[in-house]
Amino acid sequence: MATWLNRQRSILDFTLSSLWKRKGKNIGLLLVFTLIVFLLASVMFFTYAIKREAQIILKNAPEIVVQRVIAGRHDLIPADYAKKIREIRGVISAKERLWGYYFDPIVGANYTFMTPDPFPLGKGFIKIGKGISGARLAYEGDIMPFRGFDGKPLNLEIREVLSAESELISSDLVLLSAEDYREIFGLPQGVATDIAVSVRNPREIPTIARKITELFPDTRPIMRDEILRTYDSLFTWRGGLMIFILTVCLLSFIIFAWDKASGLSAEEKREIGILKAIGWETSDILAMKSWEGAVISLSAFLLGVTLAYVHIFFSSALLFEPVLKGWSTLYPEFRPVPFIDFSQVLTLFFLSVVPYTVATIIPSWRAATLDPDSVMRAS
Amino acid sequence: MRKSGLFLSYLAVQCLVLILFALEAGRERQKAMPLLREEASMVKQWGLTDLCLFTEARYTRHPSQADLHTAFQDHPFSLEHFPSGSLIMPPERLRRHSGNMAQ
Repeated sequence: MATWLNRQRSILDFTLSSLWKRKGKNIGLLLVFTLIVFLLASVMFFTYAIKREAQIILKNAPEIVVQRVIAGRHDLIPADYAKKIREIRGVISAKERLWGYYFDPIVGANYTFMTPDPFPLGKGFIKIGKGISGARLAYEGDIMPFRGFDGKPLNLEIREVLSAESELISSDLVLLSAEDYREIFGLPQGVATDIAVSVRNPREIPTIARKITELFPDTRPIMRDEILRTYDSLFTWRGGLMIFILTVCLLSFIIFAWDKASGLSAEEKREIGILKAIGWETSDILAMKSWEGAVISLSAFLLGVTLAYVHIFFSSALLFEPVLKGWSTLYPEFRPVPFIDFSQVLTLFFLSVVPYTVATIIPSWRAATLDPDSVMRAS
Repeated sequence: MRKSGLFLSYLAVQCLVLILFALEAGRERQKAMPLLREEASMVKQWGLTDLCLFTEARYTRHPSQADLHTAFQDHPFSLEHFPSGSLIMPPERLRRHSGNMAQ
């Protein structure tokens, strides 16, 4: 065993010296390989962390949200619908929700207005998200004017700025009373944005959703499971940008592997010929080439994964920020919680290290099985 | 020091760093759980349905509440053009019922 280990160490020494002789090419290769692994691992870490956070945070979302749909579009729902939904067996409550969007021309941002039921602060007061507070430089005790549907301003006093830790759900939120909401948007009594239904037995949710559709054919019930699945399919590999990144990475890997598998350089062939001539076995040459592939791919994999971890969980996915921000004015400042799927890391390992190492061995095996004299002459 | 020794030391250090990251991740997750639970209780209290990830368009701010028309809201042949639209898939409900525009 010790002899075998010593032999492998000597081969590794020789491999590293051989790689160092072509340091320009190999360092370049290592950097590009690391960059690809970094990019893939960053996407993997970020998407999995967000998905897991969404699963935990949104597990308390309304069990069923009933929207009214007119001509394919979401429309205001009569409050009477809630009364009839409450009569369905198994329904605990059916609350009308009032929520919508408000465009603030001062900062050019969209806010989400939400009216919690009950809203303890009452009329004239609001709670705002950290994002809005930062954009408008508005803090507790300040008065924030909102332009109503009729052009008249409505001044509301900020009672609380929601915590920075909750930015992922509250960055653009304005929590206000139903009265203020109706006043700003000119919404008459007796209608709501949608209805949140609470059900006694979660297993009955699909049945109750079906009953609601039967009772009100112009409605669309959205179940909590569907909300959660929406976030499960967030950043899926079939999404536009994701497939672009993955295709670029995949093509790069193919180019690497092709470059390696398509043949050796004249210098490499001569090296193999000389090694065979001085007594190296074919197995030794294959071991050397395996080490060569492993040194590059393993170093790139470990470095790429380490940098990706730092990028996502220490620097809050700094490089992805412009992409995620898009045209948004308000963007939540949040640091993803490091939920990691180790099976994904393992998949990345097998997709990056193994093919590259195998692609390094194949042409060397071809050269190593030939007569050393003909290999040296041909090169 | 032999070159192989240097390389193996590098591998060992890298592996150690990754192990430390994995341990740190576990600790961070534990630390974050109360905050995540607090956010979950806010979701329940305020009746929220979506994360505040993309605020640029209403169907990206609340993807779970979107309907099939929202992505084409600006004019009849308007293609979906918000950058975050390329990061998210339509809700499964819409993909399932894509033939039925009213659903």
